Amino acid sequence: MNLIKNLVVGAVAALTLSAPASAHRMWMLPSTFTLSGEEQWVTIDGAISNDLFFPNHVPLPLNDITITAPDGVTSKPVDGWTGKFRSAFDVKLDKQGTWKITENGSLYFARWTEGGENMRRRGTLGMFTAQGLLDKPDVQLMKSARRVETFVTLGAPTSNVFAPTGKGLELSPVTHPNDVYAGETVTFKLLVNGAPVEGLEVEIVKGHDRYRDDPNALKLKTDAEGKVSFVPEEAGRYWLSSRTEGTTELDGATIPALTSYVATFEALAL
Amino acid sequence: MRALLKIAGLGALAGTFAASAQADDLNVSVELPRLNVAEYHKPYVAIWIARPDHSVAANLSVWYQLEDGPEGEGETWLKDMRQWWRRTGRSLEMPVDGVSSPTRGPGQHVLTFEGNADALKHLPEGEYVLHVEAAREVGGREMLRIPFIWSADQSFSQSVTGETELGEVSLTITP
Repeated sequence: MNLIKNLVVGAVAALTLSAPASAHRMWMLPSTFTLSGEEQWVTIDGAISNDLFFPNHVPLPLNDITITAPDGVTSKPVDGWTGKFRSAFDVKLDKQGTWKITENGSLYFARWTEGGENMRRRGTLGMFTAQGLLDKPDVQLMKSARRVETFVTLGAPTSNVFAPTGKGLELSPVTHPNDVYAGETVTFKLLVNGAPVEGLEVEIVKGHDRYRDDPNALKLKTDAEGKVSFVPEEAGRYWLSSRTEGTTELDGATIPALTSYVATFEALAL
Repeated sequence: MRALLKIAGLGALAGTFAASAQADDLNVSVELPRLNVAEYHKPYVAIWIARPDHSVAANLSVWYQLEDGPEGEGETWLKDMRQWWRRTGRSLEMPVDGVSSPTRGPGQHVLTFEGNADALKHLPEGEYVLHVEAAREVGGREMLRIPFIWSADQSFSQSVTGETELGEVSLTITP
């Protein structure tokens, strides 16, 4: 396949140069995180926005969403809707335990020069092929993959959905994300391709930052075990984000890859 | 049924380590205030005994809408008793015999547990905290605590008063 026949593999230094500006925050927000009863519904909002959790930029795409039931059975949203600023879909919780909702989107960035001008574009490989970008003599590609998650629990929390896939950036909770309470220490572990990485930056922001002059983002670094610990001082909804830079294989070539992770969770008051 | 067995099992296990004060009777009085609000729903109330480390030693009573109504499952709102839900409710299979009970209106409600009641007969002597938590639809939530010593032949009486969802709550133990 000559898809990347002329592909110039980006040097490591290119990683930071070509990392996409990402001031926008991706999130999914369930209507309720903790539920009681035999069977319940939640509705999930998804958006990419500046403020948490105010949809004011673009909706989160619905085509890469996976719902994982407490027993590990996966499904797709059946009734999604995508509006101007946010998308929404419902999830029927018909099994007791913790459910995981994941959005796994990915896209590629291409950089090349044309007539002495630096060009860049983002899209799918299919788009790049159609546009002939992959035949540009100096094209550099980078992959960006994200995992945007949230968790809801019907009844008692369970941990089946946290079994690591070993791919990309993942949350391996020490504190269950549906068992977070204001004033108590929370410990989360992050895994990169299934293994802990020391020094990974993790940012935690409480929602409604729009009403604060200072968003008070908490910036932490993972320890040798891949863990971060913090105490949510106030009850509310929180947004956790991290990213890591590495490489990925594309048709036998190694290209830079940016992997990001987002989780939304709630801290309750006791 | 599973939950019932679990509670009984806990008590039996603990009972082997310490003497239980099973001769004592325990009275809990809970006042629900009359509230002058446009939309009043009887509160959900949970009453339980916890150890000093917050683990639950006995579930005494949970008042909630037992029948599903026009607004859905009565169990939907159990989670709004946040502390109770975390400490024990979420691990129970509702309803629990002898614990689940319909909601009650404003007034003074007195619950009497004899020392040989299921919830108490295996409760070892020691320090405990009585918890009363109330959550009301379209209203607020309040929790009151009364620390006490459970021991044979020792009487105890104390009351606390809530500010919003609960009136006077008192605990009386008589040998």
